[in-house]
Amino acid sequence: MFAIYKKELRSYFINAIGYVYVGVFLAAAALLCCYTTLGSQSYSTGSYFTMLIFAFIILIPLLTMKLFAEEKKLRTEQLLLTAPITAWQMILGKFLAAFTLFLGTVLVSCINFFPLYSYARAERAGEEYSSIHIGPVTGEIVACVIGVLLIGAAFIAIGLFVSSLTENQLAAAVITVSIIFVMLILDVVNQYIDVYAIRAVISWVCVMSRFGSFTSGILDYTAILYYLSITGVFLLLTSRVYDKRRWG
Amino acid sequence: MIKIEHLVKNYGSNCAVDDISFEIQKGEIVGLLGPNGAGKSTTMNILTGYLSSTSGTVSVAGLDVLDNPLEAKKHIGYLPEQPPLYLDMTVEEYLIFNYNLKGCKLNRTKHLEEICEVVKIKDVYRRVIKNLSKGYRQRVGIAQALIGSPEVIIFDEPTVGLDPKQIIEVRNLLRNLGRDHTVILSTHILQEVQAVCDRIIIINKGKIVADEKTENITRAVENNRRFNVKICGPQKEVLATLRSKQGIVHAEVLAQRDGDAYSYLIESEVGIDIRKSLFYTLAEKKWPLVGMEAMGMSLEDVFIAIVDQSAPKSRYERRTPKTRGRGEAEKEIAKTLVENAEKTKSGGGYSALFDDDNSESGDK
Repeated sequence: MFAIYKKELRSYFINAIGYVYVGVFLAAAALLCCYTTLGSQSYSTGSYFTMLIFAFIILIPLLTMKLFAEEKKLRTEQLLLTAPITAWQMILGKFLAAFTLFLGTVLVSCINFFPLYSYARAERAGEEYSSIHIGPVTGEIVACVIGVLLIGAAFIAIGLFVSSLTENQLAAAVITVSIIFVMLILDVVNQYIDVYAIRAVISWVCVMSRFGSFTSGILDYTAILYYLSITGVFLLLTSRVYDKRRWG
Repeated sequence: MIKIEHLVKNYGSNCAVDDISFEIQKGEIVGLLGPNGAGKSTTMNILTGYLSSTSGTVSVAGLDVLDNPLEAKKHIGYLPEQPPLYLDMTVEEYLIFNYNLKGCKLNRTKHLEEICEVVKIKDVYRRVIKNLSKGYRQRVGIAQALIGSPEVIIFDEPTVGLDPKQIIEVRNLLRNLGRDHTVILSTHILQEVQAVCDRIIIINKGKIVADEKTENITRAVENNRRFNVKICGPQKEVLATLRSKQGIVHAEVLAQRDGDAYSYLIESEVGIDIRKSLFYTLAEKKWPLVGMEAMGMSLEDVFIAIVDQSAPKSRYERRTPKTRGRGEAEKEIAKTLVENAEKTKSGGGYSALFDDDNSESGDK
């Protein structure tokens, strides 16, 4: 598993794709941060994170599209499947490699909050009364980062699954984009639906409706469990794809 | 070392491998031979655990490939038809990746160095695989199969697309590997198995049609029963004499002429060495015999005949001019081989038919 993990992580940085991903991610994060906080003169980071999640529509497929599709195209899949490792080790190795890069960029993008803190300090220095909290709420940021990481993991698992279905990277990317897009947009669509039953069902599958609690600095365990189970289910489906191929 | 019993693989309603059984001992080099789509690759893929079988059991080093895949796979090195290379890695990185992937416990630097020595890729060790020629890529693929020094090494068409020099090198390499490893080789090139393998298993349409020691097949092929003779003398009379001669079952004029000598193709009866008596017959008639050449049957002929024999409904309609008119002997050999295979299947062991054939001809 570790061999595959290392190989995948390395391959992100040998090919342009890793740099493209990191570059686009950090640029998007910085722009969104400026726009939602400094631009609108607010210390609240909730809308920054919400918009960042929408950027994942493009960003996550960049990470996942080649994971299995390329192996299949180059026939290197045969090497992995005839090696003395299980399909699970292979899938987890790839998943963790993508997640590590994702985790890294999310953590690096936290650098965007430094201006907020220093701005707040400057503002506080001028004020005499300190009973009101001025500046970003650290708890809220931490909760949001955790939420973003969980959502990212779920999306990576989805991308991984799609990539295992095709040998065409472009197809994998397009399908992943559409799935993530639909999952995110459902929340918006839901507001226009009057029938309660449909709304209940949609809000249950909707990823964004559960992110609200994170933006208020609450670690909602149902939401955490929900994101983790999406991740688990799609990793399981990926392993089923390999079982089926073998037994088909 | 390897035991396959009643292996069946269906792809939907399409039967790729149909009840194959064979056993391979330690240190044997076995060639799996068959036309495209015969089921060679499928058999190998099942053997390596890449595919599952529909029914039947496959075990490597006493470990069932289905029940205990991880342990069984540790004993196998596999080079698929298309070498599974990561083009953006250097040879070194690729081999280290494989070393880690296989969880190899040998001393890494030393082990990789030895392998590079064996497959001769030292001079490209630090180059990116993308930039290597096909021959070198193939060798890197072979190196990959050797990592961890597995007891069984399986090669799927290892010489496809190589130039003649590289082919010879790869064959020598395979022969050397056969000293300490069990090697299975699939190919549709007959000289290859003839040059490398101890034993040949011929597969057609998912069934084993022949399973013989290479010598036996080679001997059958080189059986001296057909000659190209050059005789000076009136063509029609010579032909009539040849046809009427005892021991000759077939004679025809070949479209070759050397001065006043014409070429004839003759085929003798099984077990008769016709050469000496033919000389005396011609000497009596005062027709000088100026050339005589044994026309061994090529393995291709035998192969086509075997494949033909095992599938009588799909005869090769268009025969090449080379094989036309050679039907008799081929069919005989093919029949023998097919019968042998059937006997082997029913547990009768190898038939000694080839040996009988030869000892007879030696006597007379």
